[in-house]
Amino acid sequence: MFKKGLFVLVMLMFAVPAFAGQGKNSIQIKGSDTMVNLGQAWAEKYMEKNPGDFIAVTGGGSGTGLSSLISASCDIAMSSRNIKDKEIGLANKKGVSPNEIKVALDGLAVVVNPANPVDKLTLDQLAGIFTGRISNWKDVGGKDEKIVVLSREVNSGTHVYFKEHVLRKNDPNNKEEFAPEALMLSSSQAIADEVAGNSSAIGYYGMGYISAKQKPVAIAKNETSEYVEPVIENVINNKYPISRPLFLYTNGSPEGLIQKFVDFVLSEEGQKIVLATDFVPVKK
Amino acid sequence: MRKFKEFIIEKLILICGIASIFFVVLIFLFLLKEGLAVFNIVSPFQFLFGKSWYPISDPPQLGILPLILGSLLVTLGAAIISIPIGVGCAIYIAEVAPLKIKEILKAGIELLAAIPSVVLGFIGMVTLVPLVKNIFHLPTGLTALSGSIMLAFMAMPTIVSIAEDALYSVPKNYKEGAFALGATHWQTIYRVMLPAASSGILAAVMLGIGRVIGETMAVMMITGNAAVMPQSILVPVRTLTATIAAEMGEAVVGGEHYFALFAIGIVLFIISFAINVTADLFLHKRK
Repeated sequence: MFKKGLFVLVMLMFAVPAFAGQGKNSIQIKGSDTMVNLGQAWAEKYMEKNPGDFIAVTGGGSGTGLSSLISASCDIAMSSRNIKDKEIGLANKKGVSPNEIKVALDGLAVVVNPANPVDKLTLDQLAGIFTGRISNWKDVGGKDEKIVVLSREVNSGTHVYFKEHVLRKNDPNNKEEFAPEALMLSSSQAIADEVAGNSSAIGYYGMGYISAKQKPVAIAKNETSEYVEPVIENVINNKYPISRPLFLYTNGSPEGLIQKFVDFVLSEEGQKIVLATDFVPVKK
Repeated sequence: MRKFKEFIIEKLILICGIASIFFVVLIFLFLLKEGLAVFNIVSPFQFLFGKSWYPISDPPQLGILPLILGSLLVTLGAAIISIPIGVGCAIYIAEVAPLKIKEILKAGIELLAAIPSVVLGFIGMVTLVPLVKNIFHLPTGLTALSGSIMLAFMAMPTIVSIAEDALYSVPKNYKEGAFALGATHWQTIYRVMLPAASSGILAAVMLGIGRVIGETMAVMMITGNAAVMPQSILVPVRTLTATIAAEMGEAVVGGEHYFALFAIGIVLFIISFAINVTADLFLHKRK
């Protein structure tokens, strides 16, 4: 009796995964924290229109999404940076061929506490602040206070983008790094909270996270050019200097359900959702 | 039939017993296999004593000294706070408290142990961090001190319950002997009970510290995670555990960053293994 029960139990254990693997009407999407709200909004609208299909969206960071795509634990990776050559090599080794689809644009806002008198900075000043060369607000026209630099963790596409385009100014030979004193926070929301409560903090994140508790800083390419506010029109007409493309990555060109979803994302309706979540559409 | 049943159960239990050791060995072997590969890129000396941690740069800088110091600083702070309070609490519960208060205190401490660390971290982030910032007039409250205070709360239940146990198991006649010689209650505790239970109390302290050094979520939320060589306890630090947790998602499997994180895992494993062995030695000495 006892043994028979055990036998059935063991059989069940083998049978359950077999059932779970069937019925491919669901997609796993994973990646960039910047895009997680956007992905969620797409998924909700899509599932509303296509009842029966199921789409799960989780964050974790661009790197997390891409490494899941490589290990085949998700179907679509959201990424706020281009895939690295190293990652492509690794993917090919595992028989995955990443396919890049540009789905939106994002302006990166640099934010300070509303009590901070500083409201405009040049890219050079930004690089100075985030690498630690400028450590007091009075050097950029503020109060005599130590600057508290906030950054995202290294698993964030935003971190990588900011380092390459602001700290290193798109120069591959430039070896600038974030100051070791920079606080590494694990989410955009954590940066928003710390900036809201700390009058000497400065941080960066996607435009969508700006609220009344933080003050976005106007950015100029250099001292002689115009200071530009991070708002949607300035990103569309390419005036705002720190904006970046957002991508979806699939394994090979999308097929079946995945293709249906990507088509929806790029459709007029999908791009309207982009605008509604404070990002900038790629197609007009 | 009955003998057969007995046999099966006996063997099943044996397998359970071996399995736990087997898994520990497997985990350690896996750690070694993945972690040692990092030494193809950096020398062990550079890895342990390098002062820069920039794992995703090209070439990566993989020096974990700031992380080790960060972990040790937070742990030391937590130990300084939790040991006196924990041991004091244990003495009160074991020797002084009336039965009713004793029950309430013990239940309370068990409750403290049951709070998930992420909740403690969250509470610390909202309450303790601004407090530390304002009291010490710091640019930010995300510091090693905030981490230490929060972790002290996590170490306390372990310290209290094991130390209380150690005090409780001191033979009754020691205490009676001390009283008979005219010692006061405090003299008895201080001169007789504490020395008699000292190895158990030390074990309690070590196990508490072991819990602190392995703690991840709370420290990641409230220590600021800046990989800088700490000059004082009032600056942000990055710990070994938080580094692994924060960066594992980004690390490309089989890349140098991935190997480095596993090597950090080895360092952590060795530290907590050493602490546990020391605790074990003290516990056995008692017997």
